[in-house]
Amino acid sequence: MHDKPILQVRNLKKQYGPGCADCADPANRIIEKNHCPKCQTVYACRNISFDLHEGEILGIVGESGSGKSTLMKCLYFDEAVTDGKAFIRSYQGGQTNIFEESSQQHRFIRNYILGMVYQNPILGLKMDFSSVGNIAEKLIAAGDRRVKRMEERSKELLEHVHIPIARMKDEPKKFSGGMQQRVQIAKALSNNPPILFLDEVTTGLDLSVQASVLDLIKRIQRELGISMLVVSHDLAVIRMLANRTIVMLNGEIIEQGLTDQILEDPQHAYTQQLVYSLI
Amino acid sequence: MSRLLEVKDLSKSFIIHHLTKKMTAIETINFSLEEGEFIGIVGKSGSGKSTVLKSIYRTYLPEKGSILYNSEKFGLVDLAKLSEREVLYLRQHEIGYVSQFLNVMPRTTARELVEQAVIEMGRPKDEARQAAEDALTHFELDPELWDSYPNTFSGGQKLRLNISCAIVKKPRLLLLDEPTASLDDASKLRVREIIERLKIGGTTLIGIFHDLEFMDGLCDKVYDLQKKIVV
Repeated sequence: MHDKPILQVRNLKKQYGPGCADCADPANRIIEKNHCPKCQTVYACRNISFDLHEGEILGIVGESGSGKSTLMKCLYFDEAVTDGKAFIRSYQGGQTNIFEESSQQHRFIRNYILGMVYQNPILGLKMDFSSVGNIAEKLIAAGDRRVKRMEERSKELLEHVHIPIARMKDEPKKFSGGMQQRVQIAKALSNNPPILFLDEVTTGLDLSVQASVLDLIKRIQRELGISMLVVSHDLAVIRMLANRTIVMLNGEIIEQGLTDQILEDPQHAYTQQLVYSLI
Repeated sequence: MSRLLEVKDLSKSFIIHHLTKKMTAIETINFSLEEGEFIGIVGKSGSGKSTVLKSIYRTYLPEKGSILYNSEKFGLVDLAKLSEREVLYLRQHEIGYVSQFLNVMPRTTARELVEQAVIEMGRPKDEARQAAEDALTHFELDPELWDSYPNTFSGGQKLRLNISCAIVKKPRLLLLDEPTASLDDASKLRVREIIERLKIGGTTLIGIFHDLEFMDGLCDKVYDLQKKIVV
């Protein structure tokens, strides 16, 4: 058991808008949910802190607009944070706040340390490239130049996510939603990242396809030991995947704990409502 | 014999926000357990038997009191206050929980479910495979069922699979949460035999059963939740 977390996030803040006299001071903020009615500033993430440990799947649940996707985008540098710190154990010994690094370093971290699977495959895949080409793109970004090796690696990954060999050269636009999601997962895994972000990856998929994607995620954790942050509004997905869970509401963490404890002994009023809604 | 577990003044209540109500489940529970012992917990329905077990397993957050456990890895710890990471480690290596309900992963066969329990402990795949087969054989799950999905299993089959998943990890402490509920008499007898074998093997057990007859002669001691005494 490695004691130092693989990813540490401290007081991450993200706001859209400049803030005004009514809302700028976090201690005396007059806002509705996460939004200031006077200046329209949205406080999407407020003081988010957590640790992700080696080989663990950490679940993040919350309703639409709770800030969970914004959090993921900030961690993957798709969005710049307003304030806060994050440290990655394998990046400069975990001593450097990654948010303060240059965009060149951000690219390095994305290419070598992080993988991301978006809810919408259009964000993660080039729909007109072949599936093999999509994976090669990520490998090239990570510095690979050997065509034959890249092709082999792509095939190996696509096989791992059960894409039939005959269809590996097809473009993702010709695939079903579940297949696109599996190609996206293969692409995210191609550079062997120690950390993988999964944002609502099963949302909108039918039940049997959802089961195959969940099974794949669990298999990746078991066989490759990758640490994962799994965002979902679906408690059933979190129950199946995550050991520990964070509950978010209006941009804040309102509760965190062991997943079975969150589900069977929820403390916060909102979490209780969420659990009562579980079918 | 050395002491494995000591529950001291354990209390748990639930705050139900939408009813603005606090419901007390258990209050000032005290009992202890030596290594290799089997304690049964009795009490009428709703008296908080499951709450005691779930507080020990930390599915419930204990409210007051302590649950001292002598861990192989961490030494003497208070399960009521232990960090989530350490609780997860103990669940993977030292403390097992068996109920009548089965938590299934979609498209995971009975065999895979037991194998995964071993792989989670960091053991190699081939060892997991052998251990899973041994456990499923030991607990007499029909080999024809090994590669099918447990959603369709009968109550007794699910239970034997649950026990296999828990036992394959060779836990030092096993919590049995009404494992015989909704089973017919023949299945209950088989579960009794399984528990007897576990006891002979040296596993420390805490069990709750709603039928007292079943516990007869099986437990070393019985804790009565209403009278709050060990008898």
